[in-house]
Amino acid sequence: MSEKNCCCSSGGCPDGMAIQTVPTSLTLADHFGSWKARWGIGRMDYKVGPGLYAVGKPDSDSPVLVSANYKLTFDILRKNLSGLDCWLLILDTKGINVWCAAGKGTFGTDELIRRIEMSGLSKYVPHKKLILPQLGATGVSAHEVARRSGFAVTYGPVRASDIKAFIAADCKATKEMRTVQFNLWDRLVLTPMELVPAVQKSLPVLGALFITNQFAAKPFDKHDVTAYAGAVVAGSVVTPALLPYIPGKAFAWKGWLVGLGWTAKYLLLTRRFKKGYRLKSTGELLLLPAVSSYLAMNFTGSSTYTSPSGVNKEMRKALPWIVGAAAVGGALTLGAHLFGGRKKK
Amino acid sequence: MKHRYLKDVTTLALNAGKCVGCGMCADICPHGVFEIKDRKAQITDKDLCMECGACALNCPADAIEVRAGVGCAAAIIKSWFTGGEPTCGCSGDGACC
Repeated sequence: MSEKNCCCSSGGCPDGMAIQTVPTSLTLADHFGSWKARWGIGRMDYKVGPGLYAVGKPDSDSPVLVSANYKLTFDILRKNLSGLDCWLLILDTKGINVWCAAGKGTFGTDELIRRIEMSGLSKYVPHKKLILPQLGATGVSAHEVARRSGFAVTYGPVRASDIKAFIAADCKATKEMRTVQFNLWDRLVLTPMELVPAVQKSLPVLGALFITNQFAAKPFDKHDVTAYAGAVVAGSVVTPALLPYIPGKAFAWKGWLVGLGWTAKYLLLTRRFKKGYRLKSTGELLLLPAVSSYLAMNFTGSSTYTSPSGVNKEMRKALPWIVGAAAVGGALTLGAHLFGGRKKK
Repeated sequence: MKHRYLKDVTTLALNAGKCVGCGMCADICPHGVFEIKDRKAQITDKDLCMECGACALNCPADAIEVRAGVGCAAAIIKSWFTGGEPTCGCSGDGACC
């Protein structure tokens, strides 16, 4: 499905024009599209047109579900609606998921009211009730919507997979439906978007080192590259995956621990503390865990439980250490690399 | 396994005097921070709050205050340089919630 074949992309179907019915099964292309979005390919332009859609054969009594126009969100929602007859009111969140968009305000009170009007929703459902995803509450004020549009907002479950049970239970959510999870799989699907940018930022550095390698006293070899790659993975994949099992609370600390564990172990295994390598290895032992720590700290943005006040505090404490360790470690490593003679020392 | 972040950092504050006991905050908090007892909201475990702001925005009695925002290191660093409020970039290379 693309924006083109949605009749509602302009926000409302002209009278007499059918509202598009969306299927509740995903095609191979949908799955491939989701995978690409998870890896950051074409991610910022993975949208459906905002407006009103139908699932099944909804009538004037059918529930209205509100969601975002990120296609990944749209697909997860519709595949969980099989067998239901309902309306979907898709807001223009610029292709961003519900929670993020609510945080930015694009999944918000104003856009909801505008979309209700543009889609002519009250023509289709006189009951004037909307079901919003619970995480949309960060951007939408239910009593404001009621005051300004007359539509009553009910917050549904956090996860689309609970919607059928929620509707079957007369729009009552259990505590479990209301609580955000962040299990291993939830964390793992986010790691490609941690890893890909880290690799992208690393490439120029690796390129530069390839050049200095031509004349350096002690060229970087496969062990240095492996140690570095491991530190990147430690911070951007391993730390997120093992998050609740790593001691401590601050993400930077968790990432540093994993990075240090990896770097120390690898350098020991590859006998990098023998003569002639000590300076460089000491540098790497300072630098690489700092890289892991920084990357892990960035995962706060993807996590579902960190508060801005907490992240601020963590950063004020951790960043001076990260920058200091990286600067000293980087200088030692680079010094040993460029000048740390092959034979002497 | 329950995730826990730093202690004693959240800016969440509940004014029980204003609370009308509607239960909206208890319904929508993604971390179950509120419960209703004797027709008043109570904070159960403050350290679970992630300052998303949903409760304050949806409290019809204006009884909740929280400095809401995104708990995202990249966004906060960016705001130091640009001088603006931290917002989730959600674009380009920014990994987003």
